[in-house]
Amino acid sequence: MKLSKTLALFSALLLGATSLATLPSLAAEHDGEQLYPLFSYRTGPYAPSGIPQWGGIRDYFNYINEVKGGVDGVKIFVQECETAYTVERAFECYERFKNGYAGAPVAALFTTSSGFDAAVSEKARADKLPVVSVAGGREDAVDGNVFPYQFPLLFDYWTESSIVIDYIAKQVGGYDKLKGLKIATVYHDSGYGRDTIEPLAILSKKYGFEDIQIPVPHPGEQQQAQWQQIKEAGADWVFFRAWGVMTPVGIKTAARVGFPADHIIGDIWSGSEEDVKPAGAAATNYLAVSVYSPGVDFKISQELKKDIIDPGKSDLKDTSKFGSVYYNAGLVTAIIYVETLRTGHKKFGNRPLTPAEGEWALEHLDITAQRIEEIGATGLLSPLKVTAADHEGSPAAKIQQWDGKAWHPLTDWLNGDRALFHDAIFAKAAAYAKEKNLPPRDATN
Amino acid sequence: MLFFLNVLTSGLLAGLMYAMVAIGFVLIYKASGVFNFAQGSMVLFAALTFVTLNEHGLPFWAAFPLTIVVMIAGAVLIERLVLRPLVNRNPNTLFMATLGLSFVIEGLAQLLLGTDVHQLDLGIDDIPVSVLGLQISAFDLFASAIAVALVAVLAVLFSKTRMGISLRAVADDTLAAQSIGIRLPRIWRIVWSVSGFVALVAGLLWGARQGVQFSLSLVVLKAMPVLIIGGFSSIPGAIVGGLLVGATENLADIYIGPLVQGSVSTWFAYILAVGFLLIRPAGLFGESAIERV
Repeated sequence: MKLSKTLALFSALLLGATSLATLPSLAAEHDGEQLYPLFSYRTGPYAPSGIPQWGGIRDYFNYINEVKGGVDGVKIFVQECETAYTVERAFECYERFKNGYAGAPVAALFTTSSGFDAAVSEKARADKLPVVSVAGGREDAVDGNVFPYQFPLLFDYWTESSIVIDYIAKQVGGYDKLKGLKIATVYHDSGYGRDTIEPLAILSKKYGFEDIQIPVPHPGEQQQAQWQQIKEAGADWVFFRAWGVMTPVGIKTAARVGFPADHIIGDIWSGSEEDVKPAGAAATNYLAVSVYSPGVDFKISQELKKDIIDPGKSDLKDTSKFGSVYYNAGLVTAIIYVETLRTGHKKFGNRPLTPAEGEWALEHLDITAQRIEEIGATGLLSPLKVTAADHEGSPAAKIQQWDGKAWHPLTDWLNGDRALFHDAIFAKAAAYAKEKNLPPRDATN
Repeated sequence: MLFFLNVLTSGLLAGLMYAMVAIGFVLIYKASGVFNFAQGSMVLFAALTFVTLNEHGLPFWAAFPLTIVVMIAGAVLIERLVLRPLVNRNPNTLFMATLGLSFVIEGLAQLLLGTDVHQLDLGIDDIPVSVLGLQISAFDLFASAIAVALVAVLAVLFSKTRMGISLRAVADDTLAAQSIGIRLPRIWRIVWSVSGFVALVAGLLWGARQGVQFSLSLVVLKAMPVLIIGGFSSIPGAIVGGLLVGATENLADIYIGPLVQGSVSTWFAYILAVGFLLIRPAGLFGESAIERV
């Protein structure tokens, strides 16, 4: 017994010594590569929306590394860190990777949850690490003067509100017909859900429709009272800002009270296959705002199929998710990341970028229609131009409809009326800067 | 007035769905005095097992009993691996064990059955039917009928059968029950199996409503105030508690929510529960613990 204990101790010491001996080589193992910390959630209630996204991200990086030889020769080194969609675990991951890993620096952190995104804001400012929230993040962070390290790229919920109103206006015969219409917003009662209260009040004031706001408590598994309220109020349209289980329950409850699915317009996070399939027939004709077009017909999708999916190199265990809304969301994120690196390489050379260089690259990101065509992502990604003063770019989305089996786009890219909100958004950013006593930054270069 | 009645009725019917989950807790509490934190995970596991079997081609009549077998096997394993080593320990120890068990079951569910969201169609349309001018969901009526039938069966089981009387004896005084020859491990296996069956029924009803997915395990949050109000050891209490919670949270969302500009149903049910704790700590139908000192 004593001998075996001594042997076990000796083995443990030997293992420890071996590990220490390998540390220096680990530190430099990924020299010359660019670290992409992927804060995933493959477990927990939000895993169904996460897993296809990580598939899209990792498959594209795999394609870039293996088929294209890296981004201008620089390989992307993905380090995944499981958060289960919890803020505290995301912070652990942040601390682990903010200074890079195994010799690979981090140029920018692409976050994957709204809660962490809001919580990490001040920390990232102190660490001077750019934080990118694709189609999410706080609205006032578009002001690069106040939020130099935050990039709520591609889309925002204020623009989404105006796109929804624009679509409804087209359906009823013009903006002048909006007057007197009742438009209800059923929202997840959280920071994310409440984000559209203000823009809809502005839109309501401008166009004269009645703005009805109805909150649903998390997680939203019971919505009978809310939909009866909608029915009672005689709402004409519903803008449905749900998340997770709230979406199928809402769609089914709407059917139960007799509200037509083709007059419900879901938010971008209420418009995936996972959102509508559990609702069954009740979801037929349901509409949703779409930033991430589903499908496998895009040229880049076909290349991924040939080089990654068919040879069995995909991150997806279930390859039927290839081309789904969430898979393509991951694909879009990965494309934006790669194009950011390319932008930085033009200025700093073909080598891994530091956070400061990543910030510069993000502030000079310009993905034109021509570049999108070259990538093979026409129809998948809308043109995106970011500046030092405007950290969002040019938000655009389509309206899509579920036919019971698949999503179909009803419109081309819609841009909404972002200018309408400009003053309100930048006033919020200025108020934040004043409250935090932030020094002014000249973001014109 | 009609709107008020519609809101009230739908709340009452939703409350019966909450009661279905609460009954699973009551069963185990009655037999062992332990609050089974893993009940929500059992609901998830049962529904996921059923829907996976169903998607692999097994019809309802085959998938349902097969899932019951799986839940019984789970109950046997839980008794053997978790409960038996902890017999006669403090109830808090057993509670902590069930807390750990819930993570194990959730992990196993995701590992073995995946994380996908599944549609579950029980063949009952979730469409409104008009009853005395009220718009009531056909599915809610079906779920209510199931809940009432389940309570009736359990009431007979507890009051008329030898096994039920044994269960009650264990609940009243474990040591005394053991001294007269009642075998505690057997009782626990049975009660966890019945609880697994209730979890399956609740999981199917909730799964048909919201899809079978991980968040099914969160429905326990709705069962907590139901248990506090109805009493942890009473099946009729779970029903009455469910009705009270369902009705008040629906009405609160409509009539109080606008006053505070937010949804109130989640915390309102707990406020109600705290009120009951202050006035009637054992709940409406719970048995007050009397200890000689």
